[in-house]
Formats: sequence, structure tokens, C-alpha cells
Amino acid sequence: MNAPLAPAEDLLKVRDLRKRFAVRGGIFSRTVDQVHAVDGVSFEIGKGETLGLVGESGCGKSTTGRCILRLIEPSSGEVWFQGNNVTRMGGDELQKLRRDMQIIFQDPYASLNPRLKVGAIIGEALTIHKLAPTQKAMEDRVVQLLETVGLQPDHMHRFPHEFSGGQRQRIGIARALAVEPKLIVCDEPVSALDVSIQAQVINLLEDLQEEFGLTYLFIAHDLSVVEHISTRVAVMYLGRVVEIAPSRELYDNPLHPYTEALLSAVPIPDPTVKRKRIMLQGDVPNPIRPPSGCHFHTRCPIARPDCAQRVPELRESKPGHWVSCHYSG
Amino acid sequence: MAGSTPVSLSADAPASPQLAVQPRKARSISPALETWRRFRRHTLAVTGAIVLLILVSGVLLGPYVWPVAINDIDFAAKLQGPSLAHPLGTDDLGQDLLARMMYGGRISLAVGFAAMLVALTVGVLVGSVAGMASGWLDAALMWLTDLFLALPTLPLLLLVMYLFRDSMKKVLGVEGGAFVLIVVVIGGLRWMPVARLVRAQFLSLREKEFVEAARALGASKVRQVVQHILPNALGPVIVVGTIDVAAAIIFESTLSFLGLGFPSDVPTWGSMLRDAKDYLDIAAHWALFPGGAIFLTVLAINFIGDGLRDAFDPRRVL
Repeated sequence: MNAPLAPAEDLLKVRDLRKRFAVRGGIFSRTVDQVHAVDGVSFEIGKGETLGLVGESGCGKSTTGRCILRLIEPSSGEVWFQGNNVTRMGGDELQKLRRDMQIIFQDPYASLNPRLKVGAIIGEALTIHKLAPTQKAMEDRVVQLLETVGLQPDHMHRFPHEFSGGQRQRIGIARALAVEPKLIVCDEPVSALDVSIQAQVINLLEDLQEEFGLTYLFIAHDLSVVEHISTRVAVMYLGRVVEIAPSRELYDNPLHPYTEALLSAVPIPDPTVKRKRIMLQGDVPNPIRPPSGCHFHTRCPIARPDCAQRVPELRESKPGHWVSCHYSG
Repeated sequence: MAGSTPVSLSADAPASPQLAVQPRKARSISPALETWRRFRRHTLAVTGAIVLLILVSGVLLGPYVWPVAINDIDFAAKLQGPSLAHPLGTDDLGQDLLARMMYGGRISLAVGFAAMLVALTVGVLVGSVAGMASGWLDAALMWLTDLFLALPTLPLLLLVMYLFRDSMKKVLGVEGGAFVLIVVVIGGLRWMPVARLVRAQFLSLREKEFVEAARALGASKVRQVVQHILPNALGPVIVVGTIDVAAAIIFESTLSFLGLGFPSDVPTWGSMLRDAKDYLDIAAHWALFPGGAIFLTVLAINFIGDGLRDAFDPRRVL
């Protein structure tokens, strides 16, 4: 499968990634069905870039992110990080990789152990990877990390429940930064926060990217958030990437009918602007039995009969703008 | 605090320390301290804790205040009700009941707590291994748990006591042998609910994001369990533990009542009840005091368990 070109140097390459979850039932928990959570996803992320990954709930965004980190074992496909095949790694190699790739979670209330002090939460990474030879070095580093994310040094002696959602998310970011990673998977890092706090966290992420040369895979379902932070955006539908393009290009000039429908749902902060709202018919189909051919054909406004037979490949419609649709673009 | 310009990086950070510090000066409240604060508000549980404390210190320190031998036979004073010479009366051999109550209480309470510890240790071990190792090991351990749950307790207990009492007696002496045997048997038959509970907690906790974060940082399985999963799973286990103490005390009483516990000349609360049952109509006090002590202890411990459960449950406003 050919895949979109990425700018300059690729840090991460994902090739035809698939993840099926078994649905067990009956006696002896036989596998009665499979959920096709991720169904052949390919993309690249260039060094220092932010790739936004958007799509509805349950379309496989988070599963993709976790497969890249090997928090979930992918069923098939390959993930390449700096020229090394992550999917084949074991033991020591994987342990080393943990320093290069980190994750920030959606729910700042579930992502911090309530029984550990903030200092211990952030310091754990340093202990695991033996990055702090002495207790003093450990404390200094924790203080430094707390200041990096805009918190106070004395916060290290407090417990997570003493913080607000935005502050907790900062602690989560500090924990991810502790191992000096190159790639951070941001799994809807602002979806659970107030709008005012969202902006602060996004700005923090951008500042950190600049300061440490980080690369982000930014997962979200909020298109306006993604537009702000992403260099390029990939749109997912039912486990497949339907469109990848540079951020501006995707928003100005969407090619896939699903992307168009998503964008038409983003509110414009100007009541005088009238826009044609594309309403999709029906619900997202069940990923246990996804539609044949193009997954989107059951809801697509421009679908033709053969869309149900042929699976569309991602093709480069314009330079850097990839779309998987037979008739659009 | 963020107000109309929510863009500055440090907007909520400098404002927060004052916000956080204002209500309570400086000191950070740990989850354990918070649990204690919530427990204190549970009147029944606190009453239970005080009653238990009195009972425990009574049986531990009482013999120093009331140094009467438990086997001081005085037929002239047999089956007497409470008096100044014998505050809780005497039994059919004229032995002082207060002294025997205190001695028996030590055994009953020790059996209760020791059996609880055995049940918790086995249960937590089996439950954590099953909860972390999905697949055949989990299935096998849960089958074992179900198997133990299906065993009829009392007949099995009788069998074990008959089979091993003599050999244990040779190794550890009369009382020690009986104690170890009773504790092992009661603990060995009460770990299953703990194992199931711990496994269920593990299944839910190991999918939590903070455990996933530890995995992403490369934490070993042991580290995930010891640092992250177990400390968060222990709340309900402690609650079950308190109830297990009560159950073990009753169990030991049952065994003693049937004559299968400690030797008949060693008083425990249960064996005193057994001896008293033939004299209920002429010396009710003899049964009343050990019975009341068991009742009070079990009730107090159950209330403590209740209070702990509420204190550990963050959804409950206390």
C-alpha cells in the first residue's frame, strides 16, 4: 500500500496497522466475533511535526495511538520509529523505546495514582530508567519538570486530589517529559477540560514542542482544537484513514465527503455567516461488521453502487493531500 | 482566575497555591489521613473501635489487675453469681469466671486476628496473581477458589481436626498445636471471598490510565502491582478483613462448642459457653458473660468494618 509522503525526515512510520479485538461469548469463551478497531492505517509523522488524528468516538483513534506505543499489541502491520521496527521489539529494546515515546491521557482524574504524591508520580520515570543517581538529583529534576509545565516546586509534596483538572493535566505532561521523549502521543489531552483551561494546556504543549523539539501525534475529536495545533491532519472513519492533508489545506479544501460533513459541523463564531450544513444520515455502523467496500458508503451523499464493492486506496489527489474516495477529489 | 484571557501559560499556576493553601494551612492531606478523618465521623464505627479497644486492653492487661488463677478450684463457691469475691461469678468447679474470661478472650481474639491475617494473605496472593495473569493461570486459580467455596466447611473442619490434632500436638504442644491448626483451618477456608474481591479490583485497576502510564514508562509487572494496583485495591480488602475477624471468632466458638477446638481445660469464650449450657437454668451468668463478650466483639468489629467501608468510598459524603 502506498502512503502519503511526509516532509523531510520521518520520525514515525505506520504501515497498514490493524487491531482486532475478540468478542468472546458462549461456553468456554469462544471468539464469536471480532471488532475491527483499526483496519489498515498508514501514515508518517515528520520530526518536529504535529499530526492531528480526528474522528468520531470509537473510530480507532486511541487504539492506533496505543498500538504505536505497544500498550496494545497490534494484530498486524508495522510501526517504524527512527528506522527501527517497534512491532518486533522485545525486552531491553522495548524498554529503551519507552524513553523515546510517551503518552498524555484524556482524563486527568484517572491518569494520576491517587495514593502517590506528585513528586513520586513524576519521579517514578526517573527511577525506572535510572536517570537520577541520588535522591537530591531526583528532587532537582522533579522541581525542574514542575517548573517547565508551569507548576510550583512545593507542589511535589501534594497529592493529585489537591489539584484542579488543568493542573493535573500539567502533572501528566511533566511525567511524560521526565524521560525526555522524542514523540508524545496526546490522547485527547484537553477533551476533559474547561474551554479556558484547554487553551492554556494547548499553548503549553506548543511551547514545549518548541523548547524540546517534540513530535506529537495529537488525537482529538474536536476539529477546532486540532486545526490550531496540527501541521497535518488525518481523518479516521471506522478504523481507516480517509484523508490526510496539511492542516490549512484540509480545512479550506476538504476532499472526502466525510471530512466535509465533519467540518460543516464546526461552529463559526460569526452569526451572519451562513453555511450549508451537511447532515449525515444514520449512525456509525457497527465495527464488528463494517460495511463492505468503502466503509463510508452507507452514509455517503455521493456514493455510487460500486462503492460497496471496491475498497478505495489512499491516493494523492494534490501534492501532500491524500484522500481515500473513488469519486471525490 | 483565568478570566477573559485564558491564553497565558502560567495563568492558573501562580493563582493556585493561594487558592489551595487558604482553607488549610500548608499541610498536605494524604489519602490515609483523609480516610481517618472520614472514619472519625462515623459514630457507630468509633463506638465500635472504643468497645473493641476496651475489650482488647481488658484481656491483655486485666490479669495484672485481677491476678486470680484460672484453675483455682473451690467447690464451696461453685455456680455462684457475681459477687465481690468473684465479679463475674464462678463455674461448676468454683473457678473464677472473670479470670477465665480474660484468659479465654486472649485466645479468642488471637485466633480471630491470626485467622484473618492468614485469610487475607492467601486471598491477596491468589487474587493478585489471578488478576494480573489473564489466561489459563487465572482460570485455574478461580477454579481452585470455586472448589474451596464449594467445600462444606464444618464436616471438613471436623475431619481435619481429627486427622491432624495429635501430630500437631506433638510438634507444638497442646495449646500451640490447637492454635496453629485452628488458625490455619479457619484462614484456609475463608480466603476465597478475599481472592475474588482482589482479582476483581485488579481487573478494573490494571486498565486504569495511571497504570497504563506506568506501563508506558516501562514499569515492570511487579512495580505496577506494588506501586499502583495493590495500594488502590486494599480499601475493600481491609473491610472484608475486619468482618473476617468477627467470623473467625464465631468459628472458633463453634469449634470449641463442639469440643474440637482447644483442650477442654483451656478456657475460650466458645468452650465456656459449651460448659455452661448444662447449667443455663441455675447459673445463667456463666453463659451470659462469654456469650455477651462474643456478641460485643463481633458487633464492634462489624461496625468498624462498616465505618471503614464508608470512609474508603469517595462517593459517600461524610
